Amino acid sequence: MSTVTNPRNRDRAGRTGLYVYRVIAYFVLIVLSLLCLFFFYVLLINATRNHADIQKGFSILPGKNFTNNWNSLMSNSELPIFRGMLNSLLVSSLVAILSTYFSALTAYAIHAYDFKLKNFAFKFILLIMMVPSQVSALGFVKLVRSMGLMNTFLPLFLPSIAAPAVFFFMKQYMDSVLPMEIIEAARIDGSGEYYTFNAIILPIMKPAIAVQAIFTFVGAWNNYFTPALILKEKNMKTLPILIAQLRSADWLKFDMGQVYMAIALAILPIMIVYFLLSRYIVAGVTLGSVKG
Amino acid sequence: MSAVSQPALKRKSISYSKWGYIFLIPFFTAFIIFTLIPLANTFYNSFFENYAKGLEDVGPNYIGFQNYVKIFTKESLDKYLLNTLIMWILGFVPQIVVSLLLAVWFTDLNLKIKGQGFFKTVIYMPNLIMASSFAMLFFVLFSDAGPINSLLETLGIGKYRFLTYAPGTRGLVALMNFMMWFGNTTILLMSGVMGIDTALYEASQIDGANGWQTFWRITIPLLRPIMAYTLITSMIGGLQMFDVPQILTKGSGTPNRMSMTVIMKLNNYLGTSYNYGMGGALSVIMFVITAILSLLVFRALTRESRENAKQRKALAKGGVRL
Repeated sequence: MSTVTNPRNRDRAGRTGLYVYRVIAYFVLIVLSLLCLFFFYVLLINATRNHADIQKGFSILPGKNFTNNWNSLMSNSELPIFRGMLNSLLVSSLVAILSTYFSALTAYAIHAYDFKLKNFAFKFILLIMMVPSQVSALGFVKLVRSMGLMNTFLPLFLPSIAAPAVFFFMKQYMDSVLPMEIIEAARIDGSGEYYTFNAIILPIMKPAIAVQAIFTFVGAWNNYFTPALILKEKNMKTLPILIAQLRSADWLKFDMGQVYMAIALAILPIMIVYFLLSRYIVAGVTLGSVKG
Repeated sequence: MSAVSQPALKRKSISYSKWGYIFLIPFFTAFIIFTLIPLANTFYNSFFENYAKGLEDVGPNYIGFQNYVKIFTKESLDKYLLNTLIMWILGFVPQIVVSLLLAVWFTDLNLKIKGQGFFKTVIYMPNLIMASSFAMLFFVLFSDAGPINSLLETLGIGKYRFLTYAPGTRGLVALMNFMMWFGNTTILLMSGVMGIDTALYEASQIDGANGWQTFWRITIPLLRPIMAYTLITSMIGGLQMFDVPQILTKGSGTPNRMSMTVIMKLNNYLGTSYNYGMGGALSVIMFVITAILSLLVFRALTRESRENAKQRKALAKGGVRL
């Protein structure tokens, strides 16, 4: 709102009104922040406590059982959490790389060239952008099975070559930063079209690629539905499947310290990245998010 | 794209146009193999009776639209649609109210909220949490012997068996959805509020409008497009609700299937009962609903670009380079 002053708003009543308003605003903000932080604080604290202590209720201070919980989780052969982390890391990295690279290439095709089907291709991609992957999951699983790709990572990262939402973001970004003169200059210098894209366009796109790489990485890291249908073998499972297993097993028999430790390990890598890069991530939300 | 270079591009690019097609090959190949063919196959399957009965496979036998009839009459898909809708609304209404409030506060120059970076970082954080971990965390915290219940007992309120009652379970799902998305919506709405011409606020202030009036008469009407966008994208996201209720209720939608969502049912067909006919019919229904919603988003997005193009042309005429 503007700072233009109106004498009527500057009287004492207005000022106390503003003061009360500000107190309310801070109060609500602090309550919401505490709500968001509370659960993760409890998670981290409980990951350091032993089963008996956890059953007694909350604690503000961490316990002394961190190494015990860690060791019992690591020696639990039913829950290969580190293996899961490596699997998740591999799949998510490949998704991030493939979706950003090929989305940039697709956006470049639409942005830089004039061809008959250009408008159709653009509109088509926009149209399919919001259709969720679940609706084709049935055919997808059947296809993967008939190709003999069950329990492999290929069907989890190859489809990300066609990522309409990432494409849309890249296209928007190109519209704002990529003048045709650069491409024409490259052509005059004798650069081939594909070389121009890799050597000149990609570096210009770096900020957009970074933002989308983070979002697609996190999305793949957290993805549960499709991987759970494809990966059935213990050593191939990604983190969300292993976490879901905690719930499926007779959880009352579980050592709760171990359960909290497993959840913490699944969340923590993303949280660390988030707090390091939060400024870029929060700024990136406005630019391209089209999620639920 | 510069408006000035546009004609030049058209003249020169004739020999380059094949590269447009070449660069589209990877996208469309991946799309056709991993989305279009499976989608067609899903449609095809929806017209067949095909499921596993014990160790025996029934079908596939062509049965026309019977799966579609059966899915509503025998499998009560309407109930799962309603569950999904209820849990989505329970999460979305507080989400849009709180986000609107925060977006207005963050952008209010009279209020001058300090520590905005911190607040935004914290409220956006739950969005990046693995939903399955988040659900598992809520499950252990809100379980009958869990810490929340022991806290309620200490406070003298008494235990509440959250996962035994429908309002408790649906409430938890809605709370998680609210927490995961209100930060995201706040940031989207903020960019909308910041896009509003400050002259409008100045004019209304000079005319003696108070904060309440400016909010309802200026902010809300001008935010309508971005709010509609948020509503529809959230609806599409809401229809896909799966991870949270699936893990919270171990895939059973307890109590009494009151928290069973449509995608949980789909997962059930695909992963447990291997009923491809029913799964196909459910997928097609979901596809139709999301396609209608997608069309609305598509129209909003292309309208924006049409208007941008118009503006660009107008500015180019005035000799302004963008």
